[in-house]
Amino acid sequence: MSRAYLLRRTLIAIPSLLGISIIIFSILAAAPGDPFGQLVTNPNVPPAVIAKLRASLGLNQPIWLRYIHWLVAMLHGEWGFSFASRMDVATLIMQRLSVTIAVLGSAEILAILIAVPVGILAAVRPYSLFDQIASTAAYIGVAMPTFFTGLLLIFLFSVRLHLLPFVFQDHVAGTGLVWLGAEIKQSIMPVAVLALFQGAPLVRFVRSSMLDVIRLDYVTTARAKGIGRRRVILRHVVRNGLIPVVTLVALQLPGVFGGAIITEQIFRVPGMGSLLISALLDNDTPVIMAITFVFAILVIIFNLIADLLYGWLDPRINLR
Amino acid sequence: MSRPTTLGQDAWRRFRRHRLAVVGLVVLAVIVAMVVLGSFLWPIPMSAIDYAASLSPPSFAHPFGTDDLGHDLLARMIFGGRISLAVGLAAMLIAVGFGVLVGAVAGSAGGRVDTALMWVTDLFLALPQLPLLLLIIYLFRDTLQRMLGEQGGIFLIVVVVIGALRWMSIARLVRAQIFSLREKEFVEAARALGASRLREVVRHILPNTLGPIIVAATIEVANAIIAESTLSFLGLGFPPDIPTWGRLLYDGQNYLDLAPQWALFPGLAIFLTVLAISFLGDGLRDAFDPRRVL
Amino acid sequence: MNESDLRRLISNVKRGRLSRRGFIQRMAAVGIAAPFANQILSLSGVAMAATPFTYKPTKRGGGGTLKLLWWQAPTLLNPHFATGTKDQDGSRIFYEPLAGWDAEGNLVPQLAAEIPSLENGGVAKDGKSVTWKLKKGVKWHDGQPFTADDVVFNWEYASNPATAAVTSGSYTYNKAIKVDDYTVRVEFNRPTPFWADPFVGALGMLIPKHIFAPFIGAKAHAAPANLKPVGTGPFKFKDFRPGEYVSAVINTDYHEPNKPYFDALEMKGGGDATSAARAVLETGEYDYAWNLQVEWRILQQFEKAGKGAIQLVSSANVEHIQLNNTDPNKVVDGERSSIKTKHPTLTDPAVRKALSLLIDKKAVQDYIYGPEAVATPNYINAPPRDYSKNTHWEFNVAKANEILDKAGYKKGSDGIRAKDGHKLKYVFQTSINGPRQKNQEIVKQACAKAGIAIDIKAIPATVFFSSDLGNPDTYPKFYADLQMYTTGSNVPDPWQWMKSFVSTEAAQKSNNWEGRNITRWNNAEYDKIYAEAGAEMDPIKHTAMLIKLNDLVVDNVAVIPELHRQNVSATAKNLVVHLSGWEDDMWDVASWYRNA
Repeated sequence: MSRAYLLRRTLIAIPSLLGISIIIFSILAAAPGDPFGQLVTNPNVPPAVIAKLRASLGLNQPIWLRYIHWLVAMLHGEWGFSFASRMDVATLIMQRLSVTIAVLGSAEILAILIAVPVGILAAVRPYSLFDQIASTAAYIGVAMPTFFTGLLLIFLFSVRLHLLPFVFQDHVAGTGLVWLGAEIKQSIMPVAVLALFQGAPLVRFVRSSMLDVIRLDYVTTARAKGIGRRRVILRHVVRNGLIPVVTLVALQLPGVFGGAIITEQIFRVPGMGSLLISALLDNDTPVIMAITFVFAILVIIFNLIADLLYGWLDPRINLR
Repeated sequence: MSRPTTLGQDAWRRFRRHRLAVVGLVVLAVIVAMVVLGSFLWPIPMSAIDYAASLSPPSFAHPFGTDDLGHDLLARMIFGGRISLAVGLAAMLIAVGFGVLVGAVAGSAGGRVDTALMWVTDLFLALPQLPLLLLIIYLFRDTLQRMLGEQGGIFLIVVVVIGALRWMSIARLVRAQIFSLREKEFVEAARALGASRLREVVRHILPNTLGPIIVAATIEVANAIIAESTLSFLGLGFPPDIPTWGRLLYDGQNYLDLAPQWALFPGLAIFLTVLAISFLGDGLRDAFDPRRVL
Repeated sequence: MNESDLRRLISNVKRGRLSRRGFIQRMAAVGIAAPFANQILSLSGVAMAATPFTYKPTKRGGGGTLKLLWWQAPTLLNPHFATGTKDQDGSRIFYEPLAGWDAEGNLVPQLAAEIPSLENGGVAKDGKSVTWKLKKGVKWHDGQPFTADDVVFNWEYASNPATAAVTSGSYTYNKAIKVDDYTVRVEFNRPTPFWADPFVGALGMLIPKHIFAPFIGAKAHAAPANLKPVGTGPFKFKDFRPGEYVSAVINTDYHEPNKPYFDALEMKGGGDATSAARAVLETGEYDYAWNLQVEWRILQQFEKAGKGAIQLVSSANVEHIQLNNTDPNKVVDGERSSIKTKHPTLTDPAVRKALSLLIDKKAVQDYIYGPEAVATPNYINAPPRDYSKNTHWEFNVAKANEILDKAGYKKGSDGIRAKDGHKLKYVFQTSINGPRQKNQEIVKQACAKAGIAIDIKAIPATVFFSSDLGNPDTYPKFYADLQMYTTGSNVPDPWQWMKSFVSTEAAQKSNNWEGRNITRWNNAEYDKIYAEAGAEMDPIKHTAMLIKLNDLVVDNVAVIPELHRQNVSATAKNLVVHLSGWEDDMWDVASWYRNA
């Protein structure tokens, strides 16, 4: 199935992306706000100047015309210029990309590496001491918003213990190991906050889906056939139990590009999330449009990958 | 020979044996009782300003301490808890209900229906939420407030907005589970026995996806309580003088060294609620799982 | 003491018959504090005593890197397109105007050789022109000389409508003419008492002709130098990431001796004000943090760590509550708050008076802002010479109740007063901002005690402070009964800013709500005095008129001034900074240094 299926899904993705882009563009155009909001309160700036600035950015054209301009430029590989900085949007995004992927990517990897084994172990011995501790920790991660866990870490490690810096530096001085050390040091807290945020639900999902599978008849059958417990868990339970994990990770991964707005704000990580939030506050449509559009592409790609992985994890799954 | 038991009695028996589930039920009952009855028992109104008591630590007069304007935090926790719990549970029900529906239909129907529903899911995942929320306020707030009276309108809009923005992961989870379960022996057996599509899904497949759904539900309660306070920063939530738990936690965070009680009590309340609901959920699932012998 | 007495004393000081000190003592005897007396002198052409700031380093450089934390970082570095103070701050590292304003509101030469005055013949007697002499030997960062051509070019650039420069307001009713290579004359269309606007301060920063000449008019936004500045300032451009990071290195050819002290400068963006304060005051990771409108007790707690100090600089900003004169609940010709309507209760002087008695400014100051914002009766709070002594304020619930009783407002069964079927029930809106919501709550509680019901409404700042015509929640529309925000003159002459009470300026649909008069207040006496003050060249009469305008606003409760706000920032313990409420924070970064 998979080649024809892949081709079909890819072809469907093109009109669906077009539709998504129209909807996003309309929302941005219709949402209240004004890129020159700050000027309005300034008594020294005549209203005519603001009107002229708006005109110079094409903001007085009808929405559909602006969308077509955007689409044509996009098809030519042009991302447009930021309203706020007049800089090429692609350059702006590239400036933020490496930091975003480094910080959010390592948080995601850390979350998966810790959460999956912990979840499996918790499911193998449900309600054991290990399970209780792991679950409680996971619930703290689920119940506490990142702004609060971030602040707690800053309070403990920066204010009280003076161990870690909490302002993320763009350009760390030094070379070689000194540089690496400093980079790691400043990444510890943001990575920890994000890993807890992403890992905590994973632990719960892995545990519960493992438990569900363990109870299913065929596992009982396999065990009755005398296949060792360990092999049953690895061969059957984990593979089947990983399906929700794959789903969830595929949902989280586009975020590695999209950035984590709150965590980036707390630690001043110059990533995509902080670019997005400042663009949102400035109503900088070209930047918002570019980020959300790439994000949409990634959402579609990763969800497609997840669908393909289901078939690999459980060959009986037949996607029609 | 004992008396034959019904499924419900069986479930209740198993539930009672599930110690943590009982603890969860009790804790949740206590929290609900406190926020519902608390304002009748606790005499200080939540909006009373008392500058002299500003930022005082927990004491006999103010068991949870006070904030910077000298508001009694216990009174505010009681008042806000009603909203936070109601929003958390209602938004969770909407998100879970809608997510399960979309996931179940997509997963069992497959083909074009699946493709279409997954397009909608992807669209919702990709929407820029902040401008969308601002647009919603701009378009609907006044209309809804007029229609439903102030508080009711806000409650409805908050709950629907949170629910509408958070069902997608549940839909994808349920859909994936259904894909996997659809081909399992016991479902095939049911199918071979002539069970209808609907019966197949509702009776045989969905009960086995309860695990992830319950986990998602508990996470959604916590998310909704926090999301409500985020919405009020966009002007979409309750008026700023209404102290919900999420808002108290947010307002209190910068006073962590001056008045730790301000952030810690609401944080603890959210944590306990989530913990209690999930213990309860685990207990319910175990109780209604006939294969489970505990 | 009347005007002629004052004039006699001033002329005595000028002729040396009376010492400055003697003058100040006499003024104190009639209740005028020393700073105001000083202002009167400087306004009258008597040189002001030197500002207390002294620059200690005796050589250029050697100070290491200055690390600045701006929680909103600049998005571009061309001062003519600066959409907010953040962009002006970023630009000011590299660019300079002819002169800047110090904290006392005095002009300080930057690229000018001296400050023009009536005495030195720089300012024309008829107020229709001013002649600037430029400093010689100043070089742009690329080595080109700075001349009068550059100054005239900036006028051409900003006044060209196609450029759509944010600074164009300062270059509209005037013309810059080159007299010689180092002399420029600015000619005004009409007598202009406040001549120090073009080429001065944050809006007057000068960009080089040889770099920007090809990018005048519609092409202005394409100039690469908008993101890579070449200026005359103390630091040269190194790197820029919009919204995130600016870095600069010392300009070893800087035109001031021994400046700057620092070898390099970094401006980091992002985050929020509270954590910026923490990074300077509590953990000491940064040297300076800007614009810290953070609740005072939090700042104080951070300062206890001993790593830095809070800096307060007087600004002209006033946090105030506006009362709508028109009816926000009636729609006339598709417009709410139309000037064709009258607010049923807020136009009643008794209600206005009562409301002004119900604002507990002291509590707001003590429990929210601390010394960052001082309770004030006045709308004009700075410069000190324009601060009225004739007004006062009080918080008095009993008196408010008495006034409302007398005016015939009776309490209903719900405890809310009403008269002729009109309830005293108001929607009170402001932007979303922690301290403002607490302030709203304090007002709400006090009003409840007087039988006035307040509904608090908070609107996201991006919406509230926008000119979006389609949105009902913007502050110029004022579709509410009461609203609160901060405003202030950004030059040390509030005349232009006081336009916001002129009746012909009423914000309404027909002018796209671009009128400055948001409250739609209407007072013939005010209009007349305002027009006269605009042409008054005599500084003392001009000041007297401004004070009268302020008093009219306050006495008629056109608005309720609440707090005179200060600019708040944080510095590392040994860092010496030179700040001014009339300027962006970077205006004199050349003079910053670290104490050993």
